[in-house]
Amino acid sequence: MALLHISNLRKDYVDPDGVARTVIDIPSFQLEAGRQVALAGRSGCGKTTFLNLISGIATPDQGSIQLDGRELVGLSDAERDRLRANEIGYVYQRFFLLEGYSALENVLLGMMFGPGPDRALARGLLERLGLGDRLNHRPHQLSIGQQQRVAVARALANRPKLVLADEPTGSLDVQNAEEALKLLRGLCEEEGAALLLVSHDAHLLATFDTRLDLADLNRASVGGPA
Amino acid sequence: MSGLRLIVGRSLRRHLLSTTITVLSVALATGLVMAVFAVSQQARMAFTGGPLGFDAVLGARGSQVQLVLNTVFHLETSPGNVPWRLYEELRDDKRVELALPYALGDNYEGYRIVGTSEEVFTRFEYSEGKRFELQPGSRAFDAGRREAVIGARVARETGLGVGSHLHPSHGVERNPIEDHVHEEEYVVCGVLEPTNSPNDRVIWIPLEGIWRMDGHRLRGTGEEYEPEDGVAIEDGHKELSAVVLKLKSPQAGFSLSNQINRVGKEATLAWPIGATMAQLFDKLGWMARILEVVAYLVVVVAAGSILASLYNTMNERRREFAILRSLGARRATVFGVILVEAQVIALLGCALGYLVFVAILLGAGGLVRDQTGVVLDLWVWHPAFLWTPIGMLAMGAVAGLLPALKAYATDVAQTLSQGS
Repeated sequence: MALLHISNLRKDYVDPDGVARTVIDIPSFQLEAGRQVALAGRSGCGKTTFLNLISGIATPDQGSIQLDGRELVGLSDAERDRLRANEIGYVYQRFFLLEGYSALENVLLGMMFGPGPDRALARGLLERLGLGDRLNHRPHQLSIGQQQRVAVARALANRPKLVLADEPTGSLDVQNAEEALKLLRGLCEEEGAALLLVSHDAHLLATFDTRLDLADLNRASVGGPA
Repeated sequence: MSGLRLIVGRSLRRHLLSTTITVLSVALATGLVMAVFAVSQQARMAFTGGPLGFDAVLGARGSQVQLVLNTVFHLETSPGNVPWRLYEELRDDKRVELALPYALGDNYEGYRIVGTSEEVFTRFEYSEGKRFELQPGSRAFDAGRREAVIGARVARETGLGVGSHLHPSHGVERNPIEDHVHEEEYVVCGVLEPTNSPNDRVIWIPLEGIWRMDGHRLRGTGEEYEPEDGVAIEDGHKELSAVVLKLKSPQAGFSLSNQINRVGKEATLAWPIGATMAQLFDKLGWMARILEVVAYLVVVVAAGSILASLYNTMNERRREFAILRSLGARRATVFGVILVEAQVIALLGCALGYLVFVAILLGAGGLVRDQTGVVLDLWVWHPAFLWTPIGMLAMGAVAGLLPALKAYATDVAQTLSQGS
C-alpha cells in the first residue's frame, strides 16, 4: 500500500485581479513508503503549493490526500498540525530556522510539537550531520551549508514517515548542494522515511532513480505558469 | 509546556528593552493603585479613627473641623478664643472628667507653642491609655517659670535639649517675611519621648506664658488688656484657644453638644472628634475619587503598553509563528504563547509593583508625618493588595488578546512564501 495516495487534488487561487486560477489539478499521485522521488517543475508551476497541501499547511478545494491510510482532507486544523508534527518532515529552500534559537534548540523545537523533546536524539542527529561543535550556535553564526544541515536534522528529528523537500539545495553552492543532498537522502534511507523532493535543478534531479515532472501530473500547469 | 516556556522566555529576552519598560509601567500602575487605596484608608483611619485619649474639643464659635485640626492635629489656625469662664464651667461640670486648657499664638522655628496646665503631663492621655513620658533628665515645666517641654520631633529637628534657651516668635506658624521674636526667653526643662502623634511637633509652656508674652493682648472682657509683670491676671481677662475634654460617658457628649452647639451661642464643641474629621474626609472624598480614577487610568495605560509592546513585535514574529506552525505547533499554541507572554509581563510587573508600592508608601508616610506629625500605619491589610494584581493580570490577558489573535490567524503558507 502506498504511503502517500493522492487523487483528484485541486487547489484554486484568486489572484490580485480577482480572477480564480487553478494552481493544482492532479488526478493521481502515489509514493511508496521509504521511496525517494524527485519532482521536477519550473518555477511557479505549483511545486510549493503541492507540498503545502500534502503537509496540511494549505487545504485543497477538492480531492483526497491519504497519508499512511489516513485521509488528511477534512481533518481539523489541530489534527493536521498533529499529523504534520509526527509524520511529516519539511525542508525548505530558505531553511526557515528560528533566529533567536541555537541549532540544538531549533531541532528540539521541532520535536516539542511532536513526540516530545529528546535532547540526546537531537544532539546525535546534529553530530551525525557534522554539527557537533555548532550545537549552541545561532543560525546567523552558521554557514549556509550548516544552516541547511540543521534544517535537515529538524525535519528528521521526529522520525517522520515522509520528508518533503522544497528546493532544498536552492540556496547552496554546487559543492554544498551535493553534500546536503547526500546527507538528506542518506538520513531518510537510514530512518526509513520516504522523500519527496521538488526542484528545478536538473543536476540534482539526475541523481534520483525516480523522477517525475509536475507538469505531467498537474493538469493545471498545462496552460502555463500557475 | 517546556516548549512554551522556551519560546516565551526567549521572546521576552529578545525584546528586553520593551519588556523591561512594559514591566516597569505595569509595576508603576500596580504600585500606584495599591498606594492610593492604602494611603487613603490609612490617612482616614489616622485622622478619624485613632484611639484618642479625649473625647471633645471646645473652641470659638465656628468650624468644628478647624477646631479639631487646630487643637488635635496642631494644624490650621485657631478659629478664635473662648473666655476662661467657659473652661471653669466645664472643669467643674460633673459630666467632664478632665478639661485641659490650650492657649496658642506663638511658634519656635515653625513648631507650635501651646500654653497649658501641668495636667498635660499628669492626667492627659494623648491616646487611649497613653500619657506623655519625659525623657531621662527631663522634668515637667513649673507653671510659675518660663520653662518649656518640647516634643521629640522638635528636639530632633531643632537640636534643642534640656537646658537650651528659646525665644518664641509670634504666630502659630513661622512667618518668614515678618518674624516677630518675643523678648521672653524660655528654658527647655524637658523633652518628651516620641509619641508618633502630632504632639511630637509641639512645644509646651505654662498657660500664663502665652498670656504674658510681650505684645499679646487679652480680650476676655471684650476690651484689650495687656498683663503686667508681677500683677495677677483677673479671670475675666483670660482667654483660651481651646479646651480639650475627656468626658465621663458618651451621654455626656450628647448633652454637652446639645447645650453648647444648639442652645449656646458662645462656643463650639467638636464631638465626637472622629466624626468631625470624617466630615472633612467626606467633603474631600472627590479628591480621593480623582486619585483613584487617575490610578485606574495608569492601569489602562499599562495594559495598553503590554498590548503595544506585543503587537509591535507581531510583524517580525509572524515568520517565527509560521515556522512554528509548519513544525506542527497548533494555532492554540501560538495564541497561548502571546497570552502567556502578556501574563508573564503582568506578573513580573505586579511583583515589582509591590516594591513600587512600598516605596510610595514610605515616601507618602514620611511626607504625612513631616507635614502633620500623624504617623500612618501603612502595613495594614487592604483588599486592594489582592485585587489590584488580579485585576492587572486580567488586564494583561485582555491586552494580549489582540496580538494573540493575530498570531492565531497567521497564514502559514502565505507567510512562508513571502519568506520574510
